[in-house]
Amino acid sequence: MALNELHASAVPINELHPSTLVQYCQRRVASVAELQARLAQLGQHVGLRALDALVARERPGRRETKVLGVLLFVKGPLWRALFGREADKLEQANDDERTFYVIEREPLVNTFVSVPRENSSLNCAAFAAGLLEAVLGAAGFPARVSAHWHKGTTLMIKFDEAVIARDKSLEGR
Amino acid sequence: MSRQGGRGTESKKMNSELFTLTYGALVTQLCKDYENDDDVNKQLDKMGYNIGVRLIEDFLARSNVGRCHDFRETADVIAKIAFKMYLGITPSITNWSPGGDEFSLILENNPLVDFVELPDNHSTLIYSNLLCGVLRGALEMVQMAVDVKFVQDTLKGDSVTEIRMKFIRRIEDNLPAGEE
Repeated sequence: MALNELHASAVPINELHPSTLVQYCQRRVASVAELQARLAQLGQHVGLRALDALVARERPGRRETKVLGVLLFVKGPLWRALFGREADKLEQANDDERTFYVIEREPLVNTFVSVPRENSSLNCAAFAAGLLEAVLGAAGFPARVSAHWHKGTTLMIKFDEAVIARDKSLEGR
Repeated sequence: MSRQGGRGTESKKMNSELFTLTYGALVTQLCKDYENDDDVNKQLDKMGYNIGVRLIEDFLARSNVGRCHDFRETADVIAKIAFKMYLGITPSITNWSPGGDEFSLILENNPLVDFVELPDNHSTLIYSNLLCGVLRGALEMVQMAVDVKFVQDTLKGDSVTEIRMKFIRRIEDNLPAGEE
């Protein structure tokens, strides 16, 4: 019964955002890039407002100060809140200490979008990217987040230099 | 995909908040894109309609309700099963018209409007108009033409939110009037 209820409350958000938001934005933009930018903007609107509630629930009384901490928060509680389960993988880029990937092997679209359009999983990911960017910024880890296809649907997080520098200086303590 | 019992209500709450926030982002975007509230209301209704025509299948599949024999049964199913399933609330049914073709759904609380305030310059915005479209679209797919509108709204200062549903006629053909 509990599982049913969870599934039920997950339906409207999944029904709403990939399909409705995407369709709406698609009619008003001239290119895929613009579409993704629009969706990212909507995601930011949501992310900014969702962070406090999420943190209050998941990490009461503690604020993440290290990059690893915030990344684990993203992979776990944030992903669970958005998609119902943890992200598949968290990786660091080989050649760049500022860049991390959150990877989801299954496309980030659920079964309610009846016609899978080619870009639909990337579009949902664009929304998630905007959301994540707002969350990281508001949490004190300014970054650029973008959606890509790399071993699955991937959100690429590129932290500002200052964030990495600060993290290094914290390492000693 | 495993979930622990304790986490159940927390994720559900989070999902519901994300839903509310996502809806808010959508309405905000619409307000930016369209100059006036009336157009936003129409868009919300249209989007709701498109959701409703697809949602009905999901609803019928998951709820296992059979065909409703009259409008009263329909009202019951909408309030007690559909609203519960998708929004987690059970509105009450009141104000039946003498002919039995009109009734009101009273929502004590509306998850779409948690944390929402209507600014003064949007006093004619029907914030939750998406719901009207959803109901209209879903019922059209089961051969019922209805008129759905908000007559009271907590966002506008009323004590409850009231949706008035009126049965217009049975739809005989199966031609879907898609608005896509």
